[in-house]
Amino acid sequence: MIDPSAPDFWSGLFQVLLVGTGQTLYMVGVSLLITVVVGLPLGIVLVGTEAGGLFESPFGSRKLGRAINRILEFIVNLGRSVPFIILMVALIPFTRLVVGTFIGPTAAIVPLAVVAIPFFARMVEIAIKEVDTGLIEAAESLGATRWQIVAKVLVPEALSPMILGLSTTVTSIINFSAMVGTVAGGGLGDVAVRYGYQRYSTIHMVAVIIVIFAIVMVLQGLATLLARRFAHKSRPARAEKVLPALRDGVLTGA
Amino acid sequence: MISVQHVSKTFRSGGTVTAALQDVSLEVAEGEIFGVIGQSGAGKSTLIRAVNLLERPDSGTVTVDGDELTALSPAALRAARRKIGMVFQHFNLLAGRTVRGNVELGLEIIGVDGDQRRRRAFEILDLVGLADKAGSYPAELSGGQKQRVGIARALAGEPKVLLSDEATSALDPETTRSILDLVKTINTDLGLTVLLITHEMEVVKRICDSAALIEGGRIVEQGRIVSLISTAGSRLAHELFPLGDAPRTPGDTVIDITFSGGSADRPVIAQLARTYGLDVSILGAVIETIGGNQAGRTRLQLPGQPRSNTGPIEDLRSQGMLVEIVGE
Ligand SMILES: Nc1ncnc2c1ncn2[C@@H]1O[C@H](COP(=O)(O)OP(=O)(O)OP(=O)(O)O)[C@@H](O)[C@H]1O
Ligand SMILES: [Mg+2]
Repeated sequence: MIDPSAPDFWSGLFQVLLVGTGQTLYMVGVSLLITVVVGLPLGIVLVGTEAGGLFESPFGSRKLGRAINRILEFIVNLGRSVPFIILMVALIPFTRLVVGTFIGPTAAIVPLAVVAIPFFARMVEIAIKEVDTGLIEAAESLGATRWQIVAKVLVPEALSPMILGLSTTVTSIINFSAMVGTVAGGGLGDVAVRYGYQRYSTIHMVAVIIVIFAIVMVLQGLATLLARRFAHKSRPARAEKVLPALRDGVLTGA
Repeated sequence: MISVQHVSKTFRSGGTVTAALQDVSLEVAEGEIFGVIGQSGAGKSTLIRAVNLLERPDSGTVTVDGDELTALSPAALRAARRKIGMVFQHFNLLAGRTVRGNVELGLEIIGVDGDQRRRRAFEILDLVGLADKAGSYPAELSGGQKQRVGIARALAGEPKVLLSDEATSALDPETTRSILDLVKTINTDLGLTVLLITHEMEVVKRICDSAALIEGGRIVEQGRIVSLISTAGSRLAHELFPLGDAPRTPGDTVIDITFSGGSADRPVIAQLARTYGLDVSILGAVIETIGGNQAGRTRLQLPGQPRSNTGPIEDLRSQGMLVEIVGE
């Protein structure tokens, strides 16, 4: 039990929160970076190797394309369906191999990235599928290579939904980072368990909730802003089809 | 400039098999505007997409500016495509790029450096009349403006051929005319060969030098418009000058006379009346300017059976007019 009326209570709380927040941001930030670096190409390859996709026949082999697609599809589904708590425990040997330990914020990054990558890859896949195939044809008609199409058409045109997908991904990484914290140690989840739960400090609990809520809100606000910045949505749909009709029929009084 | 030889394309999706193109051959001469017209589902898009191999035909060859595209490696095909600009019905502009960015796309793909790209983009935007919109996004443009950007994008790489897949179908009549005039200007000023497809005869009438009619995946007629006009029974000519269904007038002769070039301004009716003492009635007439020439079709009614009117009909024919007896 912690005594809120103790003279160093608030500064102690502040200290603990600061460290916890720092660790959370570190875990989330690094795993997010890994997620984007791996998940983006993964999503692109997932769409590309589908029938009729840009990479349906890598090295001229449709078989290879189909195989790649099946394998990635399987991995992504597996990653998305295993409950995080099980995944985390199952990954301990792997984490130890990569980081050297399975305790602490750095070790937490491994399961966080592993769970977020397939999630984000799906988001990328969905976003890229939304890109009008006409745009790909336009680039092809200009003599673009497949990589040019990816870099100049698919990714830029899918940027807005991908940013929104990333924002959803971050939210779940933050969510899982709290869970990791309770097991591996570190971050705001750890604070909530050690102070809020084990030592019955409601104030710590509330403070952790407020900080996490604030982080999520700020990130989502940022994502929405960026997504809007890159959207360039068209004006009221099909205005150019309605207007002539109006002009011909109504405005001339016909 | 464009030669399509015996091209066939069949689509299989699920259980249905569609023969979209069946042994299609087409010749587009350098510097002309060639229009392919046909109804929805006739295979127009499949045909034009086969020209730059966006759709690879099952058989047959496509040659553009001396390159047999159907025989090229992927890299060589990409290089060849840079000589073939294409504009689309739904514009297909990148929403995330400005007008200038869109126009520069093809130049980026070729690897033109930034300064030169910028200069070329403004040059071409000037040509299509959109220099003041360089910084706008496609969403801020009208349909006609979007298509101008589409045309500018297609022209930026200085192609020799322009393909247009229903470029004006999403536009209102007035905008359609201005876009067609732009295409005509490009054709004459830059010497670009244009292959366009459309389902509107207006388009063919306004700018085409040659035309082909496609039906059920087959070309049923093609040629220069001036010669099609004077071809008896030409369906394209009939479409160009629609006179509607023939009236049923037993006992009388109904003839369609097609004038073109020199015969257009001859006083035919007065002449018939004077020479043969015939009471000629005009049932309908269409006059158009096609390829800068007056051309038209008049439907006349002459008293008496066709048998008894062979004299005047042969007389008209000998003057170089195309005379078709309606209902025969
Ligand atoms: N990718 C495809 N898969 C299956 N069938 C197709 C495909 N593309 C075209 N077809 C079929 O081929 C035929 C010709 O299509 P095409 O798009 O060339 O017609 P179109 O003349 O351009 O028609 P529209 O004027 O409506 O655009 C149609 O019956 C169409 O359903
Ligand atoms: Mg079409």
